Amino acid sequence: MIQFDRVSKRYPSGKDALSKVSFTLPAGQLTFLTGHSGAGKSTLLKLIMMIERPSQGQVLVDGQNLNGFASRHIPLLRRKIGMVHQNHQLLFDRSVFDNVALPLVIAGYARADIGKRVRAALDKVGLLDKEKLNPIMLSGGEQQRVGIARAVVNKPPLLLADEPTGNLDPQLSAEIMDLFQDFARVGVAVLIATHDLSLIARYRHRLLTLREGRLIHDGEEAAHGA
Amino acid sequence: MARNATPHKTARPRPEKPRRSTGAQSAQTSLGDRFTAWRLHHRDSLYDALGRMRRARASSAMTILVIAIALALPSGLSVLLDNAKVITRGWDGNAHLSVFLKMDTSNQQQQELARQWQQRADIDHTQVITRQQALNEFRKLSGFGDVLEALPDNPLPPLIVVFPDSTDPVSLKALQNRLQDNPSVDMAQLDVEWVRRLHAMIQLGERMITALTLALALAVVLVVVNTIRLAIENRREEIVVVKIVGGTDGFVRRPFLYTGFCFGFAGGLLAVILVQIALWWLGGPINELLSLYNSTDTLATLGAGSLITLPLFSGMLGLLGAWLAVGRHLSEVEPNF
Repeated sequence: MIQFDRVSKRYPSGKDALSKVSFTLPAGQLTFLTGHSGAGKSTLLKLIMMIERPSQGQVLVDGQNLNGFASRHIPLLRRKIGMVHQNHQLLFDRSVFDNVALPLVIAGYARADIGKRVRAALDKVGLLDKEKLNPIMLSGGEQQRVGIARAVVNKPPLLLADEPTGNLDPQLSAEIMDLFQDFARVGVAVLIATHDLSLIARYRHRLLTLREGRLIHDGEEAAHGA
Repeated sequence: MARNATPHKTARPRPEKPRRSTGAQSAQTSLGDRFTAWRLHHRDSLYDALGRMRRARASSAMTILVIAIALALPSGLSVLLDNAKVITRGWDGNAHLSVFLKMDTSNQQQQELARQWQQRADIDHTQVITRQQALNEFRKLSGFGDVLEALPDNPLPPLIVVFPDSTDPVSLKALQNRLQDNPSVDMAQLDVEWVRRLHAMIQLGERMITALTLALALAVVLVVVNTIRLAIENRREEIVVVKIVGGTDGFVRRPFLYTGFCFGFAGGLLAVILVQIALWWLGGPINELLSLYNSTDTLATLGAGSLITLPLFSGMLGLLGAWLAVGRHLSEVEPNF
């Protein structure tokens, strides 16, 4: 699903955010991405989302090389990627239903289809009875699940999560992780950026560890000192 | 993101590449669905724009009023100028050439000449004043009757007053030259200076109104640019989310373009109303003025077409302003995490 081939990113300030990072994420696999803040996690996600472009190397998403990918096609790329944020990025001027429906409205789904798919996604995250509420009335855990429903509502082949359990207690974190594992099981490539080491230790999935922009570990075991 | 690189192309959802993902089956949409969705999004954007304008009532009203005043000023002035033209049309009708014939021209020849000229396309009608009529008139009006009695002969030449069809200075001059060429004509006199001055003043007025219109149209565009810039600032979060979930530039841009158009259209509509109110207020004096100048015309108002064209024109200015604001500021709002 995702392939990084000796990818480097240097910001105009001269800071090397990533240096020669290479890895491959297959479909149906859940992978953790970890490292201290400033290690390059955010930059790596931004390169996948095409918010930034690499200085060197190649990024492939769903078989498409993002180098030379025209700016005006970026929205199409992003429709293949579900993105879950630490701060949920929900819109408080509309209902839960409308928040989740947004990717479908943008992609041009028929109205009737939208209702069906939104309810399926809300059902999946256990919030079917909250569709009419404003997300501001929901708890942090529920808001995060709305964010997940929105990320998966158009069934993207790739799911990115940036500190998805950052503000949640272990119980809620476990629920969220169960959801992500379900998506991986049905073939979605899931990449979770987190520095929650207890979470990583509990679930023993593949782990990518970044330090100062370098990929220092790629495997099932947590790297020591990461 | 490319700033306005292909605005029209990105304004509508693009057909998905036929490629299928290897992971979970990505949901697909048909072209028909996309077109319907595109149409609905236009409608939703319009409703959204109107809804937001209504919710921010005070600031919307302010913006609309500024636009209306900026447009009412030149449209009102141009209506007043139209009225000035109506009045001066009456003056133009008095423009005439006094054609003095040679002294030896007989009354018969004079009548014949006047009749011939009347056939010409560039002459509306003529009036014959024989030497005797001229003498009688002179005697009556001048009070020099006794002096004339002392003269052996009538010193006044036969006269044909020519009322031209067109009153613009150039054709008057041409007509004068043609009449002058006639062998029976001693002198064709035309006092064209005041007509010229009048035309020059009207022309100056028109130019000034054009300049004013351009300046105020620019002001309307700038007002909308500023309003939309603030709207973009207020909806930063929403724009970020829309961009993250794959909204095209067109999708993001559309509500703002509708907002700009609505502001312009509403401002134009209000401008029409303001002008009509002003004309209603000035109507009495203007009609009186018109009748004093023996004009049968009544007050010229904004044409019925202006009810549509002014709001539409203004709407286009709003659209332009929104377009500029969106092109300039939307690319600054990019997702970050």
